This record gives sequence, C-alpha cells and structure tokens, in this order.
Amino acid sequence: MNRRQILLLLPAAAIAWDFVLAGTPEEAPNYNAMDHWWGMLLDITKCIGCGSCVQACAKENDVPDGYFRTWVERYHVDDWHIESPVVDSPDGGKEGFPQSELKGGKNFFVPKLCNHCVDSPCTQVCPVGATFHTADGVVLIDYNYCLGCRYCIQACPYGCRFFHPTRHTAEKCTLCYHRITKGLTTACCEVCPTGARQLADLKNPNDPIQAFLKTHAVQVLKPHLATGAKMFYNGLDGSVR
Amino acid sequence: MDGFMYPNEVELQWSVLIVLYPFLTGLVAGAFILASLERVFRVEAVKPTYRLALLTALAFLIVAPLPLQLHLGHPERSLEMYLTPHRASAMAMFGFVYLWYLMAVLLLEIWLDYRRDIVLLAENSTGWKRRLYGILTLGSYNISPGALHVDERAGWIITLIGIPSAFLLHGYVGFIFGSVKANPWWSTPLMPVVFLFSAMVSGIALVLLMYMATSALRKKAIDMNCLDTIAKYLFYIFVIDFTLEMLDLIHRIYEADESFRSLDFMMHSRLFFSQIVLQIFVGTITPLVLLALMQLIKFSDVIRKRVYAVMALLTMIGIFAMRWNVVIGGQLFSKSFLGYTTYKMDFVAKEGLLPAIILMILPFVILYVLIKILPPWQADNGADPPASGFGKPEMLPEQAANHV
Amino acid sequence: MNKFQDYAHLIRVAAVFLLGAIAFVAVRAAILPKSFGRYGYYRGDALQEITSRLVAYAGHQQCEGCHPDVLEVKAKGVHAHVNCESCHGPLAKHAEDPSAVKPVLPNVATLCVRCHSENIAKPSGFPQVDAKEHAQGQLCNTCHQPHSPGFEAGGKK
Repeated sequence: MNRRQILLLLPAAAIAWDFVLAGTPEEAPNYNAMDHWWGMLLDITKCIGCGSCVQACAKENDVPDGYFRTWVERYHVDDWHIESPVVDSPDGGKEGFPQSELKGGKNFFVPKLCNHCVDSPCTQVCPVGATFHTADGVVLIDYNYCLGCRYCIQACPYGCRFFHPTRHTAEKCTLCYHRITKGLTTACCEVCPTGARQLADLKNPNDPIQAFLKTHAVQVLKPHLATGAKMFYNGLDGSVR
Repeated sequence: MDGFMYPNEVELQWSVLIVLYPFLTGLVAGAFILASLERVFRVEAVKPTYRLALLTALAFLIVAPLPLQLHLGHPERSLEMYLTPHRASAMAMFGFVYLWYLMAVLLLEIWLDYRRDIVLLAENSTGWKRRLYGILTLGSYNISPGALHVDERAGWIITLIGIPSAFLLHGYVGFIFGSVKANPWWSTPLMPVVFLFSAMVSGIALVLLMYMATSALRKKAIDMNCLDTIAKYLFYIFVIDFTLEMLDLIHRIYEADESFRSLDFMMHSRLFFSQIVLQIFVGTITPLVLLALMQLIKFSDVIRKRVYAVMALLTMIGIFAMRWNVVIGGQLFSKSFLGYTTYKMDFVAKEGLLPAIILMILPFVILYVLIKILPPWQADNGADPPASGFGKPEMLPEQAANHV
Repeated sequence: MNKFQDYAHLIRVAAVFLLGAIAFVAVRAAILPKSFGRYGYYRGDALQEITSRLVAYAGHQQCEGCHPDVLEVKAKGVHAHVNCESCHGPLAKHAEDPSAVKPVLPNVATLCVRCHSENIAKPSGFPQVDAKEHAQGQLCNTCHQPHSPGFEAGGKK
C-alpha cells in the first residue's frame, strides 16, 4: 500500500471510527450514545418498600413470575450487629411487605437492580460476546445470540441475572434501554412515588443527580469487588450485603 | 430455602451435568498423563496399560461435550464459540482446547501408535472392516522400519506436547471456577491446580480399574509390577492433591473472611455427607491409608489386587464428590452470606440424574467399540505386549519385505 | 527418496488438518452475523432489536399534556411528585389512542395501602397508618382526594 492510498484511507477510517463509537441504534435516530453515561441514584432514606418499581418493571419488560430484574429487600439490624442483619424479600417485594414481627432495631428497604458495572464480571466471562457494554454505559444481553450457558449468572456478585424460563437465555435489567434512548426514564423510576429511584445521566452537566452525588455520601454495593457499579446508594447501611 | 437469598439465586443454574463435565475431562487428562509416564518418562513398568489408557482417554473425550450440550439453553448456537470466542472468557477456550486435544494430540498419537496394526488389519480384513481400516490408513501403507521410526519420534513429540495440553484441557475448567470473584467458594488461585491433581488421581485410578477389569475379562494374568507402579504414582499424586485441598481448607479457616461463617455452616449441614463423609473420609483418607499400607507392608498378590480395586473405586467416588462439592456447593449458599437453598435434582429431565447416569455409562460402551476396532493387545496369540515393544502384532517376513 | 517416503504419511495428516482449517474459515465467513463487531465485541443488530421494544408506561409528561387539570390539582398537594402511572398503571397504549383504549380506574381498596400501610421499615416521616383502624371500613377516597390527599392543601372531601 503506498502513501497516497493510506492518505485516502485515513479520513474514511476516521468516519468509520466515529460510526463505530456512535453506537446509534436505528430506532432512535436523535440519540447519540456517546452523549450519555447512565447511572442511578437509590435513596434508602426515601424508599417505602411499596414494590411499585418491581411491578412496573415486570409490566414494562414482561418479566416472568418468580424472576426479578429488580427487587426490594427489607433489612432489620439489631443494635450495632451490622454483621448479622435479618433480611427478607417476599416475592421480591412486588406486593410490598407485610408488617414485620421484629421490633426495635434499625429497619429499612433496599431496592436492588443490575448495577451496570463499568468493569462488569458478567461481560468478562461471556464466551461468545452475547452480553456487552454499550457506549453509554448500559450492560445488555443479545437474546438471539446467548447460548444459555449461564456463566454470566454465576459471575454476577449481585444476583441480578436469571435464566429466562421460556426464552432459555440469560436475562436481566436493561435499564429500560428502549425507554432511555427515547428520552423517557426507566419504568421503575417513573412509578417510584417518593423519588427513591432516579435515573442519572452522568455526562449531563445539568443532571440534578450529578450534583447530588457530589454533595452527599453515597456508596455502591460490594465496593471491594471493584466492579465499577453505577447504581449509587444514599444512606446505605453497613449491614447491606 | 433457609435464611435470605437474593430472589434470583434460589434456583441453581449449573446442574449435575456440570458436575459430570469436569469429572469426564479429568479422567481424560489423568488417563493421558499415565500414558505419558510411559512414553516420555520411560517408566517401562506401566507399558501394559499404555494403549488402554489412550483409548480410555479417547472414549471419555468423545462423551465430554455431551453434558454441556444438554445443559445449554440453545445448544444449536454452540458453534458461536468457534465463530466469536470472547477471549476474556475462560469458557471460550473450550472449543479450541477440546479440538486441539482431540485432533492434534489424542487422535494423532493413537494413530501414530496403531498405524502398523491398522495397515496390517487393512490388508488382512475383508468387507466393511477392510474399508474402515483402509480409511484409517489415510492412504499410506508404508510400515517400513524407517517409517515406524518416524512414527515413534513423532509420537514422542506429540506426547510431550500432549502433557501441557492435557493440563490445559482440564486446568481451564478449574480456572472457570477459580476466576469467579463473585463466588468465594470457587474463587481461589488453587482451583486449577486442585482440579488438575484430582483429575490425575481419578484418571490413574480409572486406568488401574480398566486394566484389572479387562485382564479379568480376557482371563489374562495381571502384571503385578505394572499394578504396583501405577499404585505408587497414584499415591504420590494423591498426597499432593490432598495437601492442596487441606491447604485451601486451613487457609479459609484461619483467615475467616466474611464468607467463612456461611461456608462453614454449609459444609457442616448441606454438604456434610458429600464433603466430609464421601470426599474426605471415603474418597481420600481411606484410599491414602490403603495405598500407604501397600507401600509399607508387602502383602500377597491377591490381597494387593483386592485392595487396589477397592481403593480405585473409592477414589473415583471421592473425586466425583469433589466435583459435586465444588459445583453444587458453590450454588447452595447465598452471595449475601445470609441463606441457603437446596438442589432439586430431577431424575427424568434434560439435566436430571438419568442423563447423567447414561453419560457415565456411554464412555464404556464407546471404549468397548474402540477396543474392538483397535485392539490394545497382540491380535495373534492374545498375549500382552512384551515390555520392550508397543504391543504390535508380529509381521511375517514376506509382509515386512513388501512394506517399504 | 526413501527418507521422504517414510515421512509421506505425516504429510497426509497435515493435509487433513489443512483441509479442516480451510473448511472452518469458509464456514465461518458464511455464517458469522454481518453486524458482529460493528460497535464492539457483540452483534450490532442486537441494539436495534432491544431499542425497538414498545414502551408500556407513557411517562408523566405525556399524561400531563392531555390532562393539565389533574396536573394543577396535583401540583398543589403532597402527591405532586407521584407520577400518574404509579397509581394508574401502564398507559402508553391509551396515550397512543385515547378514545380506543380506556384506562381502568385503580382499585382503591388495595392501591393506597400499598404505600401507606404502616411498616416498621418505612422512613419515620412518611405518612403511614394502620389501615383497618384508620379507615373504619370505608374506602380511602371517601375522605381523601387521591390527586391531592392532604387536608391542608384542601384535599378533604
């Protein structure tokens, strides 16, 4: 290849590279993935355990019964015994929680979902590239390519993946990618009555959550595993697993 | 379910078939290592088992992908592992390591070792057998001393390459588990090594049993020197395997990290029978004690044979239990360390006990067919191959003259 | 030529391997999905398949577009930030074709208690009641205006 050919190829390559990075899905022509970096704020001080998020997710995404793309856990911590909380999640909290028999102590709800980790162990172990990161920070599954080997389900430290009983592929929260690429918020955030769940675009300088994250003490789940989780918890207690 | 588990964790993802897969590939690796002991390290005493070990490895290797196919949600998509292997994933290695080991190591080594027999059988058979052996010759009928010498050298090189290949074939399975940071029961750098050594133990025990079984069926005397040597190597490798597993256990107990209490409870409750009773006492300590006794005290041939047979059987049960404890055990406790679930194994189901039993029996059926096609022993007088040869049938002088 | 003849069978083996490799490359080129690798190590078409899913929840902005009167009532009360579909369920189909798809009113008996039944784990400042004691057999909307239920904001019926 001579110098002239290379010079001609360079701009073509640059355009192609742009296209590669854009990740523009055809369905949302105005959406440029490179302009967004998705996360979420989960405010433990506001969650009332109503389970609306679990129901809404199930309706929005046809989640089969008994499996959960998102769920709510209830914690009961006696005194300072943060190493041994009592936790329950009846049907993932979908119908709310019955009044607890346990008295006293610290009690709170923790909503959970896929953390859309930057360094996700699930995408690392997929043998064929059926689960992947988008350019805007969402971890998705290609249902027409997944083998159903379930290695990703084993590798997720948070228990957010499951095996779809009829589709026979891995399945998990998609951060309602079909909604957020159209300017809507996720189904769970849409129905949360107290604002305990709020979608965050960490590349948007005007995003109120970005400001919140800079001024409040927030945590991610299992930080010692260095997954780069992007679901940030405000008011997370040390007992939360 | 006891205690609390993340809602999606209650159902187990990897079934008894995923227990079976490392067990089968472990037997392949172990049988091959025993064969390589003879070929590369020139341990003459175990020569009577050389060809049998190779055929056993092949029979189990053929069956090895089947439990995986039954497990996959979409087995029709398994070709994707060859089309787009994700290089970050240890599992993506499977397709290539398997293919490499099957084609470039095992089949090639068997072919090179049997080539002389294949050519003779091709010439002396009739009908479909003649055609079969004809195909197996790949069109070359040269079994002159020069060609056979080339075979010997090539076979030596293949076996040499085959040893790390066998390590890779089974070691990567250990890495599949050992590299999952989400699961503290699995995540340890020792996992590939423990898998490998327990594989060698199970493979050697299998070949020992096969040798005794085939000798009994053929009504041939067992070469006690061969048996004693196999038992000796089994003992050494078993000691290393046991040491590694105890090291893992002691390390866990000593460090007692956040997962320890949960795992400890699991081991003493749900995993008590399979881990403490089957794997440790029945499957490891008993065979080790028996093997040590055989090394220290000179018992009679009859007693040694019986003890070796029992010991080998217990060993294989123990190594299967080890695979069970790793795979199933790793899924019985919650990653929140607050609860446990149970494994509901069906009998007649795609991933049930019945397919597992069938897949355990199938390699022996295949081995029977392989022995019929490629007899490991001398065809003419049925004697075991002499210690100096490779079990090749005698060639008549006029045949030797015609083969150049 | 004796030397070469003794190696000839190995050449045959190599030929078998080579044929296999060529066959593999050919098959791969034929059946590899064309969009694989377009954006990363995955099938590019998957993005479109995922984003083309129909939404079930319209989003509160859509509701407010046609129902500004409700928005006005809500904005003054404590349910200002409770989005419409939180109580009324997914209504994208209704927003698409309002006259054809009529939404079903939520069942008050089970709706309000989902959030407001008292529970030790709820934040203490959150309004929660023992439903039986508080309601005395009556439906919640007997006394409370659902879109602005607080009495201070004029939500008493």
